[in-house]
Amino acid sequence: MSGPRAGSPTEARKLLAGSGKRGSLPDGASWMAVGAAAIVVAALLLVTGIFAAGFLVVGTMVIASIGIYAWSRSVEGARSAKDRLMSMAIVSAFALAMIPLVSLLWTVVSKGINRFDVEFFTESARGVIGAGGGASHAIVGTLVITGIATLISVPIGLMAAIYLNEYGGDSRLRRALTFFVDVMTGIPSIVAGLFAYALFEIFFGPGIRLGVMGSVALTVLMIPIVIRSSEEILKIVPNHLREASYALGTPKWKTIIKVVLPTALAGLVTGVMLAIARIVGETAPLLVTTGVIDSMNANAFDGRMQNLAVYAYNEYKNPGVPPEPSFDRAWTAVLVLILIVMALNLIARWVYRRFGTEIR
Amino acid sequence: MIETTANPEAPARREGEQPAPDTDHVDEPQRTARGWGAGKAAAAAKRVDLRGVNLFYGDFHAVADVDMTIEPNKVTALIGSSGCGKTTVLRSINRMHELTPGARAAGEIEIDGENIYAPGVDPVVVRRLVGMVFQNPNPFPTMSIYENAAAGLALNSAKLSKSELDEVVERSLRGAHLWDEVKDRLDKQGSGLSGGQQQRLCIARAIAVEPEVLLMDEPCSALDPVATLAIEDLLQELKATYTIAIVTHNMQQASRASDHTAFFNLERSGDPGRLIEIGETTKIFSNPDKQATEDYVSGRFG
Repeated sequence: MSGPRAGSPTEARKLLAGSGKRGSLPDGASWMAVGAAAIVVAALLLVTGIFAAGFLVVGTMVIASIGIYAWSRSVEGARSAKDRLMSMAIVSAFALAMIPLVSLLWTVVSKGINRFDVEFFTESARGVIGAGGGASHAIVGTLVITGIATLISVPIGLMAAIYLNEYGGDSRLRRALTFFVDVMTGIPSIVAGLFAYALFEIFFGPGIRLGVMGSVALTVLMIPIVIRSSEEILKIVPNHLREASYALGTPKWKTIIKVVLPTALAGLVTGVMLAIARIVGETAPLLVTTGVIDSMNANAFDGRMQNLAVYAYNEYKNPGVPPEPSFDRAWTAVLVLILIVMALNLIARWVYRRFGTEIR
Repeated sequence: MIETTANPEAPARREGEQPAPDTDHVDEPQRTARGWGAGKAAAAAKRVDLRGVNLFYGDFHAVADVDMTIEPNKVTALIGSSGCGKTTVLRSINRMHELTPGARAAGEIEIDGENIYAPGVDPVVVRRLVGMVFQNPNPFPTMSIYENAAAGLALNSAKLSKSELDEVVERSLRGAHLWDEVKDRLDKQGSGLSGGQQQRLCIARAIAVEPEVLLMDEPCSALDPVATLAIEDLLQELKATYTIAIVTHNMQQASRASDHTAFFNLERSGDPGRLIEIGETTKIFSNPDKQATEDYVSGRFG
C-alpha cells in the first residue's frame, strides 16, 4: 500500500467519519412509517373498493418496510437503513403470525359469549331441541375422561422417562424405546381411538362405548408426550448432584427419588400440564370410543360419556330446530375448552415460577 | 450396578455371600450407622493402601500400576499436570470411578486391610465409609442448609429423632466452620450462600455421615484466596479425625496443607498416567528423588 498504513490515525478517522450522512431519524420513526403506510394503504383499498383487514395489514407491512428503508437511507446511511428494514420485517412476520390467532380468539369469544351463562354449566342437553340446555355433562365428561387418562399416563410416562434417562445408558433397548416413543408421538389421534375401540371390542363385543375407552385412547396419545418432556427435564438435572448423593453412600434408586425428581419437579409438573392441554381437546378418538350422549354420565365404566370437543362437533353436525341455539352452544363449548387449556398453561407457568429449582 | 438393598441391615444383605471375616468388614459401617448421633466417638481414621491399581475408561488406559499408601490422620496431596489421572485415582478410592459408563478398575484398594474391590463388596457401603467433596460446590438445590447438612443421614434413612438430627447438623456445621455464619438461617436454601460457604456446607454434608476417609477433588479451585485459606485451616483440624486425600493443582496449597505428597505424571498424551513419587511433602518439594518431580514442583517441565 502506498497510502497511510491501515489502522493509522488518518485511516481510523476516515472510517469513523463514515459515509458522511450523520443524521438520525426522530424517535418513533418506525411507528410513523407504519402509520403513514396504513393510511396510504387504507386509502388505496377504499378507492379500489376491495377493503379487507388482511389486505390492510399485509399492504401496510410492505409499504412501511420500503418506506422506512428509503427514509433511513437518505438520512442515516445504508447500514442503519438495513437495520431498520430487517427490524421492520421481523416485527411484521410476528404480526402476520398473530393474525390467525387473534382472529380465532375473537371469533370464539364473540360467538361463544352468547351462551356463556350459568345454565350452560348447570344443565345437560337432555331433551333440549331448541334454545336452552347446557353442557354440564360434557364438562364433567371432559374432566373425568382426561383425569383418568392422566392417572394412567403420568406414572407410566414418568417411569419410562426415568428408565430412559437414568438406567438405559446406551443400550439397544433404550435406543429402540426412544425410536418408538418418537413414532408414537406422530400417531394420528383417530388411530389411537380405533386401537382403544378394537381393544375393548375383544372383551365387550361390538358397539361398546365407555368413558374409560376414551381415556385409554387419550393415554396412547399422552404417554409419548409425557415421556418426551420428562426425559428432557431429567436430562438437565446436573450430574454433579447425582454424584454428590452417591458419594454420601446413597443407593441409585434413592438418589433418583430424593434428589433427581425433587430437583426436576417443577419441570415435570409443567410437562404434564402441557400434555393434558394437548389431549383435552381431542375429538376423533373420543367420537369412536365414548360416543355421543345428551344426559349426564359421570361414571366412566358405564355407557356413553360426553366430552366438550365431541359436544361442539355434535351440536354443529346435528343441530336442533331452529339450528341457531345449537350453534351458539357449540361456540360456547369451544370457548370453555380454550379457557380450560389456557388455565392449564397458566397453572404450568405459575408452578414453574413458584417451585422451579435454579438448576446450574 | 450400585442398585442394592437400601438398608444394609435388611435380611437379604445378612444372608449374603460373604464369608465370616468379610462379613465383619461389611458390618463395620452399620455399627457406625447405628451410632449416628448417639454420642459415639467419631469414627477412627483408616489407612488406605492402593496395590497395582489400573484404571480404564473403556479401552483407554487412564492410570497404570499405582502402589501407594494414604496414611491415617494425615493429609495426602495428589499433584500432577491435567489429565495424568489424579482425579481418577481419587474417585477409585470410593468406587465413584465405575459410575462413568465403560469405566472399570483393576487391582486392590484396601481400607484398613479390607479390599474394597473384593467380589461381593457393595459400592454403596464403600461410599458410606469414604466421603467426597467435589471441585465445584454442589449443595442440593431443593434442600435447605439444615437439610443439606443432614442429607447423608436422611438419604440413608437413619432413624434419628429430631434432637439427635439437630445435634448432628450442628456438630457437622461446626466441624466445617460454618455454624456461626448460618445458624440463624438454617432453613434457607444452600444455594444462597457464597461459593466458599457452599463448599464448607458440602464438607459438613460429607462429615455428617462420619466417614473414615475424606476425599477432596480440587475443593478450592472455584474459591477465592480467603475461602481457600479457611478450607486449608479446616483440613488441619479434620485430619485429627479423618484420613484425607486431596487433589490440587495449586502447588502452594499442597506444600502448605499436606503432610504427604504424591506426584503423578504421564510420558506423553495418550499414555496412562503413573505415580512417579510419593513421600513427605517437605521432601517432595525440597529434595525429591526423581528428576520429573523436581522439574514439576519447581515449575520446569517438558
